[in-house]
Amino acid sequence: MSQFAINLLFVGASFALYIGIAIWARAGSTSEFYAAGRGVHPVTNGMATAADWMSAASFISMAGLIAFTGYDNSSFLMGWTGGYVLLALLLAPYLRKFGKFTVSEFIGDRFYSQTARIVAVICLIVASTTYVIGQMTGVGVAFGRFLEVSNTTGLLIGALVVFAYAVFGGMKGVTYTQVAQYVVLIMAYTIPAIFISLQLTGNPIPALGLFGDHVASGEPLLAKLDAIVQELGFNEYTAHKADTFNMVLFTLSLMIGTAGLPHVIMRFFTVPRVADARWSAGWALVFIALLYLTAPAVGAMARLNITEMMWPNGTNGEAVSVEQIENEPRYDWMATWQKTGLLDWEDKNGDGKIQYYNDANADMQAKAAEKGWEGNELTKFNRDILVLANPEIANLPSWVIGLVAAGGLAAALSTAAGLLLAISSAVSHDLIKGAINPGISEKGELLSARIAMAVAIAVATYLGLNPPGFAAQTVALAFGLAAASIFPALMMGIFSTKINNTGAVAGMLAGLSVTLIYIFLHKGWFFVPGTNSFTDADPLLGTVKSTSFGAIGAAVNFATAYIVAGATKETPQEIKDLVESVRIPKGAGAAQDH
Amino acid sequence: MADNSSNTAYWSANVRIILISLVIWALVSFGFGILLRPMLSGIAVGGTDLGFWFAQQGSILVFLALIFFYAWRMNKLDAEHGVEEE
Repeated sequence: MSQFAINLLFVGASFALYIGIAIWARAGSTSEFYAAGRGVHPVTNGMATAADWMSAASFISMAGLIAFTGYDNSSFLMGWTGGYVLLALLLAPYLRKFGKFTVSEFIGDRFYSQTARIVAVICLIVASTTYVIGQMTGVGVAFGRFLEVSNTTGLLIGALVVFAYAVFGGMKGVTYTQVAQYVVLIMAYTIPAIFISLQLTGNPIPALGLFGDHVASGEPLLAKLDAIVQELGFNEYTAHKADTFNMVLFTLSLMIGTAGLPHVIMRFFTVPRVADARWSAGWALVFIALLYLTAPAVGAMARLNITEMMWPNGTNGEAVSVEQIENEPRYDWMATWQKTGLLDWEDKNGDGKIQYYNDANADMQAKAAEKGWEGNELTKFNRDILVLANPEIANLPSWVIGLVAAGGLAAALSTAAGLLLAISSAVSHDLIKGAINPGISEKGELLSARIAMAVAIAVATYLGLNPPGFAAQTVALAFGLAAASIFPALMMGIFSTKINNTGAVAGMLAGLSVTLIYIFLHKGWFFVPGTNSFTDADPLLGTVKSTSFGAIGAAVNFATAYIVAGATKETPQEIKDLVESVRIPKGAGAAQDH
Repeated sequence: MADNSSNTAYWSANVRIILISLVIWALVSFGFGILLRPMLSGIAVGGTDLGFWFAQQGSILVFLALIFFYAWRMNKLDAEHGVEEE
């Protein structure tokens, strides 16, 4: 059976499973559609949260960004897991106690203001839509490769599939579908990593193999990797080369953003008790950590494999020849990925060999002049292809490649579905039922939720064709927006009785707008390429990149809220009582619809 | 709102546990993983140093321990103050 047929078999079988579950659990009432009737066990909820959370950015994109940068991209690892500590300690139990369906309902009630609720809905829609764009980028890469079509066609097919089960399943369909997706994606991520770790280090646990010895050379794996990348003029893998201030801010933005993302917070509304909300965050992180502890090993080992493949005779020997790439079976992956347009090479100096090195490095330029090289000839290697191409690069059995295909799609589709649900509930529940037409029937509310989903997916697909960065980078922008707008409002709502309606509204608007403007200045207005005034290589403020600005946006939000609240009318007594009651678990009943 | 003073004591105990946890949270990630890495560079771990290990493995393991500790501690605190769910 050909690799193409095996991929189709794995992807097809996993899809049939998810759609089957979605139909089996088809939502009936609105309460079921949003929060699955609140009957979800903490471990089940943790697993579903993990699938919901680990998106194309975690599965497809992150290891590639670590592989080609090394230590400096550790921010993704710490940021996307550290946020769960904030979520578990500062938000989850209180929001569960509050007992409503959506994040903006909490903000609307706590800040006794319809305006606050609508502003929260706007923040939520902006952050979630940016996030979906990142997912669509990943969906395009995955479908493009496995159906052997272009990136664009892959994206359009993916959009239709997400739409189908998010619209018909609702949260319950999504909860159980996501448990199945978690199992598929974690197997798909860890199995190839175990194979590769065994090949390179003899250790079956990738997280330990990363710090073990490289079998072929007898040296520690990381020392070997440091040496060969430096010989080609790249930065030492384990060294800290990037700006420290920006790295701290970026890590903090990802952490705060994690705790401010509505589709993750919504998960904690679905557990039966406050105590379960605390455990749920822990279980979610257990399931997430399985992937996050493996990812740095995947990145480092793939970097070593790719470098050795381009220099089969060592970095001082002859580079790989065009003839080898075209004829040897172990280089087949290069031709298949070339079809997607995400990988390319060119024999610039016509010597029949492909030299891969850092042509921006002065020492390498001198060496190139001496050897007659005319620049790096591995001209394109999109970071987002690394994880998907990894099993082929390591020459693993074809069933592993099929499994990775299914896992990558599970990651991208599950998150996209969860986000679409958050967007649709914000529009139908908060905007239409809460503000525009309170008398809407349950049927009408459900219909408007589905229309909102369809619109959101169309917008995200359109923007996904022209993404502002690799999947994980686009997603990082969404985290910055969530960090600057939603998280501070929620935290102040629980931990301070002083912040009043005007303070909260002013804070959210200030945080969201400065962050959005900073992003647009660097990434183009509404992400339209060419309309940017600055670049992340030379940012407006010192060394602060647009992906790191969320933490500053959050600080602006907190400060604005405190100043404005201090100058305006005090919070009424009944709201102070509400805050008191949210702080203690006693009396947490089932959630009520209003 | 039967017993307000007990609720206040419960809340300040909670805030204290949160603060201690967050200090550890920041120490392992921003501290050991980034800012204090040069100080830890003398401690070798498999071809690199302890700071690298904290940035890519250790911080995640500590985060996990913190969340489970908090859940266990708070569920106990709820019972001590009689504010647990029925």
